[in-house]
Amino acid sequence: MQALLDQMIQEGAFAGVPKEVVYTIAMVLTAVVVLSAFVAPLAGVTSWLERRVWARMQSRVGPNRVGPQGILQWLADGIKNIMKEDIIPTAADQKLFPLAPYVVFMGFLCAFVVIPFGESLIVADLNIGILYLLSVTSLVVVGILMAGWASNNKWSLLGGMRSAAQIVSYEIPAGLSVLTVVFLAGTLSMQGIIKAQGWRPWDWFMFHNPFTFCAFFLFFTAALAEGNRTPFDIPEAESELVAGYVTEYSGMRFLFFFFAEWGNLYVIGAVVTTLFMGGWQVPPVTDNPVLLGILQFLTFFLKAYFWVFVAMWIRATLPRVRVDQLMGLCWKYMVPLSFICLLGTIGFMFMDTNSRRIFGAITLGFAIATIINFFRRVGFQFRSAKPEAYWKPHI
Amino acid sequence: MNHPFLPLLVMFAVASVIVVALLTVASLFGPKSTNAAKNDPFESGNPPTGDARIRFSVRFYLVAMLFLIFDLEVVFLYPWAIYFRHLGVFGLIQMGIFLVILTVGYVYVWKKGALEWD
Amino acid sequence: MDTASFIFYLLATLLVIASLLVVFLRNVVHCAMALVTALLLIAVMFVTLHAPMLCVLQVMVYAGAIMVLFLFVIMFLNPGALEQQRGLWWGFGTLLAMMLAGVLVPLVATSDLPADPVAATELFGSPEMLAKSLFSDYVLPFEIASVLLLVAIIGAVVLAKREN
Repeated sequence: MQALLDQMIQEGAFAGVPKEVVYTIAMVLTAVVVLSAFVAPLAGVTSWLERRVWARMQSRVGPNRVGPQGILQWLADGIKNIMKEDIIPTAADQKLFPLAPYVVFMGFLCAFVVIPFGESLIVADLNIGILYLLSVTSLVVVGILMAGWASNNKWSLLGGMRSAAQIVSYEIPAGLSVLTVVFLAGTLSMQGIIKAQGWRPWDWFMFHNPFTFCAFFLFFTAALAEGNRTPFDIPEAESELVAGYVTEYSGMRFLFFFFAEWGNLYVIGAVVTTLFMGGWQVPPVTDNPVLLGILQFLTFFLKAYFWVFVAMWIRATLPRVRVDQLMGLCWKYMVPLSFICLLGTIGFMFMDTNSRRIFGAITLGFAIATIINFFRRVGFQFRSAKPEAYWKPHI
Repeated sequence: MNHPFLPLLVMFAVASVIVVALLTVASLFGPKSTNAAKNDPFESGNPPTGDARIRFSVRFYLVAMLFLIFDLEVVFLYPWAIYFRHLGVFGLIQMGIFLVILTVGYVYVWKKGALEWD
Repeated sequence: MDTASFIFYLLATLLVIASLLVVFLRNVVHCAMALVTALLLIAVMFVTLHAPMLCVLQVMVYAGAIMVLFLFVIMFLNPGALEQQRGLWWGFGTLLAMMLAGVLVPLVATSDLPADPVAATELFGSPEMLAKSLFSDYVLPFEIASVLLLVAIIGAVVLAKREN
């Protein structure tokens, strides 16, 4: 970005305009483009796809009326929400109640600043990248507690408190499993972490050693819990708490919460891809920087979106856990396990390169064997159940 | 002009403008009809009883306290993780002492049953 | 006035306003939110001083962890039901604030602070530099911090479990 802009200034593309003005306009334009052309459709399409995937997995059809396959459903939903009344209950806190969705939404948007889309496609490559991402999560907690308290509703308050307790608890295993990667990369910058990996699967940190393999799953689980996703969605458990901390919200403000939730799914996928799956690394097939940029963007996006799909899949498959199980899982299993993963990775760093490669290869082989076994079982299910509808996903 | 956090500021400003604009549009188009029942807190259809700001269990306080402490531990680990190649064995001993002391704390919490949510 | 000092005075004014709100707002949760604002402004100030790592830690530890703890304690105590005892505490607080001012004002007035606190090197304020000074010059405080955290763990457990 910066380099391209400098080059354009050198060539006299913006003759007569001060350099600072050009930079500011470029930055504002970038922010507008990222927000309106990427984040908004992304969150929207994710919301549609989630309903569709979920429906197919339960042998239903799902939204398929607005646009081809219903892909414009999110626009219809958005317009509908704009046309709705913005109710602020009389008992609610008149200052904090309208402010809370804004805080949550901002906390989620801030994450996009450090998420890379390609080698040179990043809003800002901060030298504290991943730590910045972890700290942004804590802003969301404040917003959620604000929403829960300000609503002056029993369901909201319970949901807000549960959500805050859950997010802060799972931040510990998430932080510890990120640490394993930081150890290997030796940097906190998102681009630095990606550059420390390669495009081959066995160069990814996920298959670096058995401990990082384990840390990957711990991180993904903790990230799902921090995003209040099923099976950890007790803060908004419909059967117990109506809608948790969003019970009293309506119209646009309600949309902001859900916008943040679906957008956050992509953030989870992107962080997992960056940390464990080699990010935008592609084989050196072309020298053309534009083509390479597109290739990197697609690679990153597909990898990230795969994990979004897995999150949807998990939501359609697993039942909700209980509060005590949730807290127990975090503090009694995930914290010690991620700690062991950390120690194990430190141990691996003292091992010489050759023997490390062997362990890496074994881990990769194990992963491949697991995947093959998984597909064998899925194939068996398919052959024995003959679910015709699955072969016609276009209905 | 090339401050690394400047994009964050710009993002913040642009996002604020978008949020305010959307809310304004929503308030222009949305219906505005209020009545007492609609503005009541939602309690599954019943008239709301008592104050919603109930007292919460001390467990939440304990979770927050434990989070604070272990978060600090993680925070200390981060700078160490990026610098420990330069510290060598001395760095390992330093962090070893730190972690052993905190593991004692963790075991204590577990044995006292503070991790139980019941 | 150059840009850097303009930004500083702007942030400082906002910070003072936020801190005054913490003291003077009547609703405890509103106070807590004003405190969050003040802590975030301090984080922004760290950024302007070229210390992004400290900024992030400020947000993570203070605006995140400690404020969540404060809010949980507020919910636990349910202060809407509490009567405020004004006179005595106001006097006590004012006395303490004046003592603090009595210490700080002469100190700031007599010491010659550098006009521009920005260091010359590129790495200043980066995680690497922070790690270097933390693990070479300040090893003992670092180890003592672990004991402090241990004491805090034990204290929290003893306090919370005594209730049962």
